[in-house]
Amino acid sequence: MAIVVKRPKLRWWEQLYLPGIAKGLVVTGRHFINTLTGRKKVTMQYPEEKWDANLPEHYRGAPALVTDEQQRERCVACQLCEFICPPRAITIKPEEIPSDDKWAKVEKRPGSFDIDMIRCIYCGMCEEVCPEQAIFLRKDYAITGTSRDEMVHDKKKLYEIGGVREGLVNKWNDLK
Amino acid sequence: MAEQSDLIDVEIDGVWHSFPKGTRMIEACRQAGVEVPHYCYHPKLSSPGNCRMCLVQMGMPPRPRPGEDPPEPDEDGHVPISWMPRPVIACANTIAPNMGIRTTGELTETCREGVMELMLANHPLDCPICDQAGECSLQEFSVEHGKGESRFREQKVKKPKNVDVGPRIRLDDERCIMCSRCIRFMDEVADDPVLGFTDRGSHTTLAVYPGREMDSNYSLNTVDICPVGALTSNDFRFQMRVWFMKETQTIDTNCATGTNITVYSRQGQIYRITPRQNNEVNSDWMPDSHRLSFHWINDLESRLTDPLIKEDGKHKLADYSQAIAYASQRLQKYDAGEVAIVASARMTNEELYMVNKLKSQLDVRDIDVVARRGEADNYLISDDRNPNTAGVNTVLGVKDPGASLDLLKKDIASGKVKALLVLQEDLISDAGFTAEDLKQLDFLLTSYPTTNPTADAADVVLPGACWAEKSGTMINATGRLQRLNRAVDGPGQTLEPWEIIRDLIQELGGGNGIYSATDIFKQLAAEVSEFNGLTWGDIGDQGTQLIETGAELPPLLQRERARVASGEIIG
Repeated sequence: MAIVVKRPKLRWWEQLYLPGIAKGLVVTGRHFINTLTGRKKVTMQYPEEKWDANLPEHYRGAPALVTDEQQRERCVACQLCEFICPPRAITIKPEEIPSDDKWAKVEKRPGSFDIDMIRCIYCGMCEEVCPEQAIFLRKDYAITGTSRDEMVHDKKKLYEIGGVREGLVNKWNDLK
Repeated sequence: MAEQSDLIDVEIDGVWHSFPKGTRMIEACRQAGVEVPHYCYHPKLSSPGNCRMCLVQMGMPPRPRPGEDPPEPDEDGHVPISWMPRPVIACANTIAPNMGIRTTGELTETCREGVMELMLANHPLDCPICDQAGECSLQEFSVEHGKGESRFREQKVKKPKNVDVGPRIRLDDERCIMCSRCIRFMDEVADDPVLGFTDRGSHTTLAVYPGREMDSNYSLNTVDICPVGALTSNDFRFQMRVWFMKETQTIDTNCATGTNITVYSRQGQIYRITPRQNNEVNSDWMPDSHRLSFHWINDLESRLTDPLIKEDGKHKLADYSQAIAYASQRLQKYDAGEVAIVASARMTNEELYMVNKLKSQLDVRDIDVVARRGEADNYLISDDRNPNTAGVNTVLGVKDPGASLDLLKKDIASGKVKALLVLQEDLISDAGFTAEDLKQLDFLLTSYPTTNPTADAADVVLPGACWAEKSGTMINATGRLQRLNRAVDGPGQTLEPWEIIRDLIQELGGGNGIYSATDIFKQLAAEVSEFNGLTWGDIGDQGTQLIETGAELPPLLQRERARVASGEIIG
């Protein structure tokens, strides 16, 4: 069914439009003077100035791997993020944790973990699917490089960005 | 209705079906299209009935009290069923006349929920690091039939983890659900009863006999039949999650048995091979030695990737058209009888057919293949280690493979044979030739998947695809025609051997309208009498009996058939 839109009934001076234009010019003039006199700033001088302090908690920046307060790398290379990743940016090669390692009972860890940041679309699916709370999207957004290789974040780089995350569920503790 | 024959009427979920007498309830349900979840039951093993997952509600015709009239049958001869208050296991009970089975309903469903809850009580939640995840019956059935949450608040029982039970197998006792399939397999099929349970109740632990290890050449089959991740393969451990891999149904080429297999690959790399059921060839099993013999395919260091042409004693890289043109130009110089061909019994029927065409094109008189003999192992491995000897007999017409190689050696030495084409074989490593023997030749062409000493001596080297990289058909020891399917692409410029031979024939004598292995199969079926009327589709995934070779079935299969006949297993 068609929707009937009620048109506002304009007075005669409104139909002239000139008062409206004058009003608009007053607003523009006010902004012009405020900016000219430096009373109000609208341009941020990126990259000298950054928005970082104002990023919201839910901001989705570069994905990164984290370690926990026990210095254990959380990732067990289950490859679910590799599976879910829509642009297929993640490549994992799992390996067995050697028997002399402190966390040998976890058995499995990523031998290599690469995220191609040219492919990454910052969707956060990897964080959502992770059963081990090992991958999080951080607030890093300025990912640059001078070659394609540089744009691939390897395991070392990912742990560097991710750092230590506290207060996560401890699935692997002294008992288990 | 069907009582006059040995068929029995059974009602499954409200629908009447007829089955032969002696059918197990679980098989009757399967044939009726109803899946009864199960762990311990395996049609090729005895049924201990210990997992309790296949509990179903069962009913029988009512038994009248003394003096009471038996119930009136309806027009189909069925009497009303009186349902029993307690469930029965479907795997170890056989059907009876007028029996009723309910695989749904409150009783069956609460039973399944209960069994699942007890199984998961002590099962670790380590699916992210478990190789079985993705093909785990426990995962599947806990989704389908589980409670969805755990009421178990106590500590789980601790058991040995990461136990080395054998050279190829790792055991995680916490994941084990005590189905005993592996114990029965090692006892009944592999004849090496090294596994057993120790301790009792929730502390029951799967263990190897002290001082022994699980080193049977069939041990990896236990990994396949393990419904959970308790037994995992050392070779495949942590290599790839199962959901990433592409499955290709093909056949094993390590011996003439022609074991049906599934090749699991991802991005051109093979990760594992598992046997595929074929009751006429390999049942559900395969030997470890054959299963693990694929790693060289992934090893690009040893693979030939580009054609090579020898100039001034040095191999130079070429592309296929150059190499084929050069080979054809050289070959055209020789008179009839001066060129010999050594083909391979590892080639498919299609390739052998093309070899035959090349043979008549070049007027070749000496043609043979390399024979490979080994010891049969009294299970599945044949003493003939070539996969397609029967195909060589039938298609190539070489009746006694390998018999004329000594003569060929003499002919080369005497200069009678001046040019030799070695297709998919390595004469120096596998047929007792020496580099000296081959030096006498004026022209030597070889195609092979890997670098090898014969290729070092050759004037033209062509990278020919190996078994996992080509399609075709092969005939196994018992005369069964089976399809070989391409699982991965060959590295670099590798071509399938039939393509190489086709290109060579085209260069020598014009086009032949062959663009695929199925094209060749069409011609083959029209020309070779044994293949008459067959199409590629007729062969199917299970193969089809083509010729009578007089060879017996593998001993393992014969024993299994005897056990089926005695009613011990379903088969």
